[in-house]
Amino acid sequence: MAKLRGRGIAAICYPTGMNLGGDPSQTVIIAQPDGTFVVNVASVELGQGLRTVLAQIAAEAIGASIEDIEVRFGDTQLAPHDTGTFASRTTHRMGNAIIKAGQEVRQILLDVASKILEVSPQDLEIRNGKIWVRGVPDKFISVREVASQAQFVYNIPVVGKGHYVKPKSIVDPETGESDPHSTMAHGCVVADVEVDTETGEVTVLRLFTVYEVGRAVNPKLVEGQIIGGAVMGLGAALRETVYPRYPQIIHQTTSFREYVLPTAGDVPKIIYKIVESPTPTGPYGAKGVGEMVANGIAPAIVNAVYDAIGVQITELPITPEKVLKALSEKGKSK
Amino acid sequence: MRIRFRLDGQSVEVDVKHTETLLRVLKDRLGVGSVHFGCGEGSCGACIVLIDGRPRYSCLTLAGYVDGKEVSTVAALARDGELTEIQKAFVENNAAQCGYCTPGMILIVRALLEKNPSPSDEELFDALAGNLCRCTGYVPIINAIRSVIKR
Repeated sequence: MAKLRGRGIAAICYPTGMNLGGDPSQTVIIAQPDGTFVVNVASVELGQGLRTVLAQIAAEAIGASIEDIEVRFGDTQLAPHDTGTFASRTTHRMGNAIIKAGQEVRQILLDVASKILEVSPQDLEIRNGKIWVRGVPDKFISVREVASQAQFVYNIPVVGKGHYVKPKSIVDPETGESDPHSTMAHGCVVADVEVDTETGEVTVLRLFTVYEVGRAVNPKLVEGQIIGGAVMGLGAALRETVYPRYPQIIHQTTSFREYVLPTAGDVPKIIYKIVESPTPTGPYGAKGVGEMVANGIAPAIVNAVYDAIGVQITELPITPEKVLKALSEKGKSK
Repeated sequence: MRIRFRLDGQSVEVDVKHTETLLRVLKDRLGVGSVHFGCGEGSCGACIVLIDGRPRYSCLTLAGYVDGKEVSTVAALARDGELTEIQKAFVENNAAQCGYCTPGMILIVRALLEKNPSPSDEELFDALAGNLCRCTGYVPIINAIRSVIKR
């Protein structure tokens, strides 16, 4: 009986969103009377940080300051169509739609500012909530002022609409070739584990993770996704499962007492690195992050257990019972 | 039955059924938004409140029990809009994503640090064992708590 250590590796390619033409996102950006902007999306903020990231993208596309952007989400009656918040798709799909809508708004603002300043729109620059004549940045007019005057002086609605869909790619009947995905994110996980051959318990000592995310629109939020995903993957690898109602109903998983999530003391050391390789299809190069950060953890832990005890566990979670059973079968076959 | 208790420093009086939980009374009758229904059986910590300064699952506490007592939610912590040290640390460390577990986490930490201002890692993890978080992976939460622990 011993405590055996092992190291396992897993790599992942993650296609952002659903593909093949069935996955549109649309948005409308509307200026408010005070010159701030509301971005209407049907996507949902569920803690991943959509409210912040989409506001960053809208501010960049319009040239507004981020404090003047409000993202209103989740109201499918007011917002145009969005397929949904899943498959790590919202930053990429809705981000692209917001860039288009934001560029429409930017053009309207430049046209109105050219009337106010009596110069051609081509001679104007717009950034961070200010509009100025090229070369004279200290004599500026604020974006809020322009958006407000558009409504009250020039009678121009400041509304931008945008939409993004990955076009359907037909499979070539001869070669089977197609372009099925909009962008691929990549990742790699290395897990160090210790397996107690007496109790069958697996302890994860360290997780090293590296993810290529296109562009980290908000690095702090990407970091949050990576660590949160790692711990969710850890739970899936070692503990979490839904047992059915047989042989008896008392075996059914009914609560967090049987469906055991990791708690604060169960978290191993997590070392991570973000790599940026901007994709031409993404908003400012961004790819999807949320889902792949949970996906690679369990395979790496399974491989680390294999490295430690020489047995491949083929069904999650890796419970002590499964480890002990696998060890005893291995012993018999010798 | 009619009960009187202090909620975040204010006197409240409310008619409750004998079988009603404190969680339901706080949420449904008194409009408290920061106390969350998670599992309803004392496993997740989203509903934690302080009763006379001690952390309790409000989903497992009958409302009648708090008659004459002092109940505090996370809303009572900030003074004149100024967040407490632990709340600021949560913000600085990005320790909330969806925010569902956050009020319970902050209350359990406050109760722990009042009793024991410099807990060991073991004491800290023991205190947090009844509070589940699905988003953050706990690391930013632990970092936030460590940043305010006096060593």
